[in-house]
Amino acid sequence: MTADEGPAIRVDAIHHRYGKTNALDGVSLSIARGMTAAFIGPDGVGKSTLLGLIAGVKRIQSGTVTALGGNMALRSHRDMVSPRIAYMPQGLGRNLYPTLSVVENIDFFGRLYGQRESERRRRIARLLAATGLDPFPDRPAGKLSGGMKQKLGLCCALIHDPDLLILDEPTTGVDPLSRRQFWDLIGRIRLERPGLTVLVATAYMEEAERFDNIVAMDEGRVIAAGDTAQILAQTKASTLEEAYIALQRPERRGDRTQLAIPELQPSDGPPAIAADNLTMRFGDFTAVDHVSFRIQRGEIFGFLGSNGCGKTTTMKMLTGLLPASEGRAELLGKPVDARDITTRMRIGYMSQSFSLYEEISVRANLELHGRLFRTPAGELEARVASALARFDLDAVANALPTELPLGIRQRLQLAAACLHQPEILILDEPTSGVDPAARDRFWRLLVEMSRRDGVTIFISTHFMNEAERCDRVSLMHAGRVLSIGSPEELRLARGADNLENAFVAYLEEASAQSVAPKDLPASSAGVKPTDASGLSGSETRSLSDLPYRSAAAPLRRIWAFARREAVELLRDRVRLAFALLGPLLLLATFGYGISFDIENLRYAVIDRDQSLESRLFLEQFSHSRYFVEQSPLRDEFEIDNRLRSGELRFAVDIPPGFGRDLLQDRQPQVSFWLDGGSTFPAETARAYIQGAVLTYAAERHLQLQGQDPQMLPVNVEPRFRYNQDFRSVFAITPGSIMLLLVVFPAMLTALAVVREKEMGSITNVYASPATVSEYLIGKQLPYVATGFISFVSLVVMAAAVLGVVPKGSVLALSIAALGYVFAATAFGLLVSAFVSTQVAAIFATAILTAMTAAHYSGFLFPASTLEGPARLMGLSFPALWFQTVSLGVFAKGLEANAFIPEIAVLLGFGILFLLLARLSVRKQGV
Amino acid sequence: MRYWVRNVFHLGVKELASLARDVVMAVLIVYVFTVAVYSEATAMKTDVSNAGVAVVDADHSALSSRIKDALQPPYFRAPREIDRSELDALLDKGLYTFVLDIPPRFEADLLANRGPSIQINVDATAVAQAAVGTAYIQQIIARETANFLHQHGASQAVPIEPVIRALFNQNLEAIRFSASMGIINNVTILAVILAGAAVMRERERGTIEHLLVMPVLPNEILAAKIWANGLIVLLAAGLSLHLVVQFALQVPIVGSVEFFLAGAAVYLFAVTSLGILLATIANSMPQFALLAIPVFIVMFLLSGSFTPFESMPVLLQDIMYASPSTHFVRFAQSVLYRGAGIDLVWKDLAAMAALGAAFVAVALSRFRTMLARQS
Repeated sequence: MTADEGPAIRVDAIHHRYGKTNALDGVSLSIARGMTAAFIGPDGVGKSTLLGLIAGVKRIQSGTVTALGGNMALRSHRDMVSPRIAYMPQGLGRNLYPTLSVVENIDFFGRLYGQRESERRRRIARLLAATGLDPFPDRPAGKLSGGMKQKLGLCCALIHDPDLLILDEPTTGVDPLSRRQFWDLIGRIRLERPGLTVLVATAYMEEAERFDNIVAMDEGRVIAAGDTAQILAQTKASTLEEAYIALQRPERRGDRTQLAIPELQPSDGPPAIAADNLTMRFGDFTAVDHVSFRIQRGEIFGFLGSNGCGKTTTMKMLTGLLPASEGRAELLGKPVDARDITTRMRIGYMSQSFSLYEEISVRANLELHGRLFRTPAGELEARVASALARFDLDAVANALPTELPLGIRQRLQLAAACLHQPEILILDEPTSGVDPAARDRFWRLLVEMSRRDGVTIFISTHFMNEAERCDRVSLMHAGRVLSIGSPEELRLARGADNLENAFVAYLEEASAQSVAPKDLPASSAGVKPTDASGLSGSETRSLSDLPYRSAAAPLRRIWAFARREAVELLRDRVRLAFALLGPLLLLATFGYGISFDIENLRYAVIDRDQSLESRLFLEQFSHSRYFVEQSPLRDEFEIDNRLRSGELRFAVDIPPGFGRDLLQDRQPQVSFWLDGGSTFPAETARAYIQGAVLTYAAERHLQLQGQDPQMLPVNVEPRFRYNQDFRSVFAITPGSIMLLLVVFPAMLTALAVVREKEMGSITNVYASPATVSEYLIGKQLPYVATGFISFVSLVVMAAAVLGVVPKGSVLALSIAALGYVFAATAFGLLVSAFVSTQVAAIFATAILTAMTAAHYSGFLFPASTLEGPARLMGLSFPALWFQTVSLGVFAKGLEANAFIPEIAVLLGFGILFLLLARLSVRKQGV
Repeated sequence: MRYWVRNVFHLGVKELASLARDVVMAVLIVYVFTVAVYSEATAMKTDVSNAGVAVVDADHSALSSRIKDALQPPYFRAPREIDRSELDALLDKGLYTFVLDIPPRFEADLLANRGPSIQINVDATAVAQAAVGTAYIQQIIARETANFLHQHGASQAVPIEPVIRALFNQNLEAIRFSASMGIINNVTILAVILAGAAVMRERERGTIEHLLVMPVLPNEILAAKIWANGLIVLLAAGLSLHLVVQFALQVPIVGSVEFFLAGAAVYLFAVTSLGILLATIANSMPQFALLAIPVFIVMFLLSGSFTPFESMPVLLQDIMYASPSTHFVRFAQSVLYRGAGIDLVWKDLAAMAALGAAFVAVALSRFRTMLARQS
């Protein structure tokens, strides 16, 4: 292909806006094939946006992006090259599926790219061996440490031998050892695949130094781009970190003097933080194992360790968020107590993941913090203003945290933690993802707080230059503290030339004792491409025989999505149980509980006649099973009162002279007062009263004349069809099945998609060769299956427990149910296309399905009585159509051919909803 | 105490601000309290109205015509005359709920005192209408034959004259019932989901943990969720009652709307607490949704807003007394339909408040363990 001759990437005059914010403002650059480029720059200058545009996961607004020889604005080109591009978004494990195991995650990506089983198995084995993940093939991704997550993410990205690898801050929040291993891995891949172009955004300058090219960005523009050596020469800097700061606008550079940390003055009194044999167990896993330390007031105490070694858990125990399984902790001389509000006033905490409110502005978040920390109203404004200034958040004060890059969000969290001027700061990786200049400024603040105000700072970090600034550091691994001392002491103890090497040496030694990762294959240049590390299967390929272009490929991708969704559903036992048992429970309740057979209507009598005749007449009521007599009414006033209270459904008022008038054939009047508030019981009562009067008349006639009553000269014979015993359960059950089979499947499906949107794994779809239709159908299939299983269980339960046996064609019912569940899940997909939060998805699905099914679909009231808009609503939703089949088969015993139109309509609904969903979902983010 | 009030207030304001951001949610809330209430109110047919009737008339006499003519709106649609051969098929299709079968020589047999029979074929799957409708038709036939015989010189029939009047709703218009019950059902669903999901979201995002290292107590977090989400639902319900029910549907309300809303506030305390309790039981948003579905479906079908409460089995009635919705439906019916005052409904109010307090207590006791499970 001739197109393969040009540069790998060419970007021309790209502009990109998010609302009013200008993310990219005329970016142009070009990167040659086989090169590596590091994108550096402060947070929020558009690095991620640029990488997203190059990867094709974001829509281009203006300008052109040419990647691998074609225009990325063209869908045809994106479809063609997407299998050759691998993209790893920002954030630890963002593109992984937490409940899936290591192997299952990689396997899913392999399937997405159409690889066959044997090929996948071979590739997975090689990738796992190369990344040292092979001891844990079955561990769920969510339980991996940060470094392992990133390695797994890389495996997933590399499964299809990409020609362009795009990594957005892959090592942020990863410990030094894992980081080192990660880059060794990339280095080996490049040796084997010289044509591979690698683009990386990073906050670590010492990492960026290893790259061929540097792209320095600021304010949506490229401020310097080129050869790394060139840039160093240009800025007359010896390290990239210096060069980077030199490239900054002066106001961003901050204080360029070396940060001098004054000696810590020893203080007496109790230590600020003391931990004594702190231990935390989760089940049989010990996360923190007898950790002890003492930190004096004003000390900056660094907490270092590999990912997942128990740092966060220790911090949570110190804050009282987690009760310790064993041991004790003291803050400011008092034992940690979750209920102690006064101690909390003196502590500032920042969690590792963003834990402020995404849906209110930066300023509102700070104000809320200030208020909750009881800042006097007069001071609040000034404090928020100074925090905004101090942490350089003025420009984004009114933005929502969702719209901000990681680094700025971290700054916001820091600002919040410091706002109330705490005496102790507990900071869990506060500088992960923050750019160097901002980190430097932040450390100046910390030092100032520590030395001037005597604030004790307990901080965990993966940056060694930060660790070097701590008074003391503690090295942790696998829940244990390996060593505590000043940075210098630790370095000397290992005889290393810097702290990072000392740290790595400690970790390597400790890991060797626990789980020894397999020796990494040597990264020498002599490695043959196909064996040893074997990260690529670089056979020559022509486009036509690529697996993702074959005719069966769409089916394989649908299967890949369906399979993954099914495995995730099976893993979430609670969700599965709710999804299958919920409908059964409800069916039983409805079948047993919903009844229109009104009996026991409560009534009371005011008998102003008290004659034999009146008593005989009233027996008509007191002897009926439809009525229950309550204590008699004393006066007219009571009629109103007792009806009003809801005690009575009706009252009978017999006038004085009733008996006399009756005997004289003067047709006396009897008043009945109904409670008209609840109309259905009132209607029923009216009908029953009239019936009772007629019966009374007939009996009286019989008594007087001694013959068959002429009164009722006609026999009226009601024949209750389909339900001879007139039991509600026969009528309610088919409708209940109709209701349940739309609510549950639609809810499950809608949430499955919206959840991926909220969690971010939907980016995998944007970056993969899969189409939106394939994704949607793949997502839908497991829920169609779940829905159908639910249908079978409901029918079995109806027959076995409720005694409602389908009399007609079970085959027709099953086919219709399949069509119905298909339509219901497609409806769920449609809902998910319009809502962006899970809350909205739940509510929308609940009201749209449950209300329509209950009101407009012939569940309790025959659909034929509906008129106008209500009728239309019924007709335009699948529930009504399935109800016809369900009722027809269960109650009326009809045969299959009666339902052909309904089944066709149900399928039509499914296809229509699916098409609408397909049209409403775009494959690319903004 | 002062701090308690302040924290609860500020956290609640935050809740309102974040809800205001979710445009789709806002649109949905407006939809359910306007369009949905309106169309449900006009669609729900708990009474016999508009029922489809057909007649197989093999007699074609004056009497049979008389009976046909007596089947009239609003209870019945004008009956269609059909052939006996069509009878089964039409019932199978569900086009008619009642089919009268008048035999040949019906009138002649009656006059000859041979006691002829009329058959009513009832589609008994239409449970709500079948029984009452059959009773109506029986009465219509009895009345018409009596009048017919009277004209032909037979004796006057009924010895007494029942005068049946309805209080509070003279014409027994179903819309008066269904309009406000629609609002009540929406209140239940919305309150459970809003409050529960608000807690669930904070759990999933980790923000609730963050609050707990600040000088904020779990009960303050719950109280804030309850008032903020409750207030939104209360406002929506109040507006809906005034604008949709009273203004658009022109449905008169017997009792005091303000008193109803005060009771609704008590109810909202109970249901939002229930939503929060569910959120402390589930571990993820999908689990919460699946847990909430049975809860609100049961509350909305079995509390007496759909079918008469007293026609449920006694055991189920007893169980449903543990649901605040049962008390609220009873309260609402008493106040809105019958104009009851506090003297008649205080027990239901007290029950709702007690249930709400119990839900809050359980939710609070689960709060810390729930966070520990999360990590």
